[in-house]
Amino acid sequence: MSNLEQFRSSTREWLKENCPSSCQGPDNSLPDIIWGGRLQEYPDPDVKDWMEKLVGKGWTVPTWPEKYGGAGLSKEEEKVLREEMNAIGTYSPLYSFGISMLAPALMEYATEEQKLEHLPKVASGEIRWCQGYSEPGAGSDLASLQCKAVRDGDEYVINGQKVWTSTADVSDWIFCLVRTDPNAAKHDGISFILIDMASEGVTTKPIELISGASPFCETFFDNVRVPVGNRIHEENKGWSVAKALLLHERTMLAETSRGGASNVPERRSLLQVARDASAQPEGVIPDASMRNEIAQTQMDTMCYEATLQRTTEAAKAGQGMGPEGSMFKLYLSELNQRKADLRQRINGADSLIWDGEDFNQEDKEITREWLYGKASTILGGTSEIQLNIISKRVLGLPD
Amino acid sequence: MSLLLNEEQSLLKDSAKAFVDENANLASIRAKRKEPKKAEIDPEKWKKVVELGWTAIPFSEEYGGLGLGYAELGVVLEELGRGLVDVPLFSNIVLAGGVLDLAGNEEQKKRYLPELISGTNFISLAYQEGARHTPNLITTTLSEKSEGFTLSGKKQLVLDGGSANYLIVVCRSSGAETDREGLSVVIVDAKAEGVVVKNNLLLDGSRAANIEFHDVVVSKEDLIGPQGQGADTLDKVYAQASVALSAEMLGSAQTAFEMTLEYLKVREQFGAKIGSFQGLKHRASRWFCEIELSKSIVLKALRAIDSNDAKKDKIAHACKARLSSSFHLSGVEGVQMHGGIGVTDEHDIGLYMKRARVTELLLGDEAFHREKFAALSGY
Repeated sequence: MSNLEQFRSSTREWLKENCPSSCQGPDNSLPDIIWGGRLQEYPDPDVKDWMEKLVGKGWTVPTWPEKYGGAGLSKEEEKVLREEMNAIGTYSPLYSFGISMLAPALMEYATEEQKLEHLPKVASGEIRWCQGYSEPGAGSDLASLQCKAVRDGDEYVINGQKVWTSTADVSDWIFCLVRTDPNAAKHDGISFILIDMASEGVTTKPIELISGASPFCETFFDNVRVPVGNRIHEENKGWSVAKALLLHERTMLAETSRGGASNVPERRSLLQVARDASAQPEGVIPDASMRNEIAQTQMDTMCYEATLQRTTEAAKAGQGMGPEGSMFKLYLSELNQRKADLRQRINGADSLIWDGEDFNQEDKEITREWLYGKASTILGGTSEIQLNIISKRVLGLPD
Repeated sequence: MSLLLNEEQSLLKDSAKAFVDENANLASIRAKRKEPKKAEIDPEKWKKVVELGWTAIPFSEEYGGLGLGYAELGVVLEELGRGLVDVPLFSNIVLAGGVLDLAGNEEQKKRYLPELISGTNFISLAYQEGARHTPNLITTTLSEKSEGFTLSGKKQLVLDGGSANYLIVVCRSSGAETDREGLSVVIVDAKAEGVVVKNNLLLDGSRAANIEFHDVVVSKEDLIGPQGQGADTLDKVYAQASVALSAEMLGSAQTAFEMTLEYLKVREQFGAKIGSFQGLKHRASRWFCEIELSKSIVLKALRAIDSNDAKKDKIAHACKARLSSSFHLSGVEGVQMHGGIGVTDEHDIGLYMKRARVTELLLGDEAFHREKFAALSGY
């Protein structure tokens, strides 16, 4: 038996023995995502048990080295693991900004000591991270940020404000860009620093969006003291770390279409909304423009997915073109926005209702999604910033 | 199935690229305007194409083919499209060859395919009647006689029809003028009595004929596929030809893009390279994304034909819809971003825009394919 087949059979065996029955199958009780962190609750003890077993095996981040909390699996082994989990209808629900954004940057830029301190807690879900990048005066022009860190012995003293800090109110730590040299050119005076949200002087306040939801916060730093050892990479070289991390963020945003989550409650498809709205349960939808718009989004999705496949294969074959993440982020956010807009528009009068006595919860969600989707072409670098990146880094157009 | 080129396909691409570097001659497109009625295929160029084996790509080895697939044919067509190289590979091999390959009987294949492959026979497919691609709108009639049939009607936009020795004609043997049932396909000698060929030069420099058939005698042996059931074959041919044409369009779109990108980097106005202006660079970036999506769907659609993917027709519609729009975009953005020089005949970008308009309408525009995609999806 090849090593890979051996791995497959031992994996299958382990899953049989260790995966609780309530965490498998089409009706499993696993949440789509477990974000982890000190505030994470487990109403279902089986889910907690399953998480602990996964963490024990290093299977929340199977390709990471064991010393950082992974299982040191090869790409092929990871694929086998995924296949075996899929086969019994289970998965590792742990997902976080720590895993998708911070960890790749730490792997590249942190000292061994820093990696050993932080990565295992990301892998186990013990610590939930949020991102402190944007500021009220530094949105698209991120490098103009002003939140300052002044050296005082072995500590930095941090003062300033961050905005759009997603989930800051439920996170344990924040990775932040701060200005350590106010006199240098704007990209050259920035450092990348890790801050415990429990430190004295850190406060957060949620921001309510046009959709009524508030996944984002403002975060304030008032004389917050942070050990110098929490700085990643050299002082004033934080922009390199920031850029690497932004690349991972765009990749993450582009990959959300791959639908890692397998048990999202089935909502009506765009086509079903159209069928319901036009009282046409089957056959040709009579409104040609509606039909065309639906077909267009489906064809666009097909083209997008083929492109994702092609570039993934090219990257594996060492033919990657590099900053393609910008293209995916740009295209996917706009495509999803178009779909959400179309769904809401086709749904018509029912989705004009904000609240009241006689409405359907799903109609309300369709409207909320349309509104919330407006953020997708702004966060993680606006569409216009992605276009700047493509024209500069891919097309080589002059500044 | 992988969307990357394998080693064999990469080599094919290199040889096609070398051929295009040597044989692309945009001046020859302009020169054709002096003789708009002349229909002649450049024999030297075609000989080279035959020698390179490209006419043999999709056919089975027993007829002199290479037994390769659309993935390979697409590689060649894409490169030809890059240089707007005028050779009748699409009209003869994809359209006419496609019909013979899919529906011809053993005898017909033996009779026509080897000579089509060796470049000694030219065959064109006469399918279009309406102003827009409407596959079942056929009024050219095939009437049964005591011995065989007679063919009467009128076709337009027969690609390379003026240089064809044989014509494969889509006609109606029964049913009303837009019925799917009742379509038949026959092959006739282009010199047969009652065949009147009128040559036209299209705006992109390609040639197409309007052809009349006046009681042309057709024997029973010249019926391709079962009588009255031609639509099944034709739908398949149109689908795979849409993808093959898309591959060619992709090559042309890329050249238009690269040509314009280069111009944005050298042209100066207001003391700066015009490519530094956000009004242009953002459009160039969106255009780049369109090209990338186009590449992927073409590769996917070509492979779907070869693997006989259950969704191949849907993918083909998505493909031709996309390329119709992205090549169109490449033509019009190319001209606009070039400014004044872009609307002169001297500059090549206009040739690409013209080619975009022709290929956009051939075998159905974006709206046509979107509707077909919706229909195949059940709405």
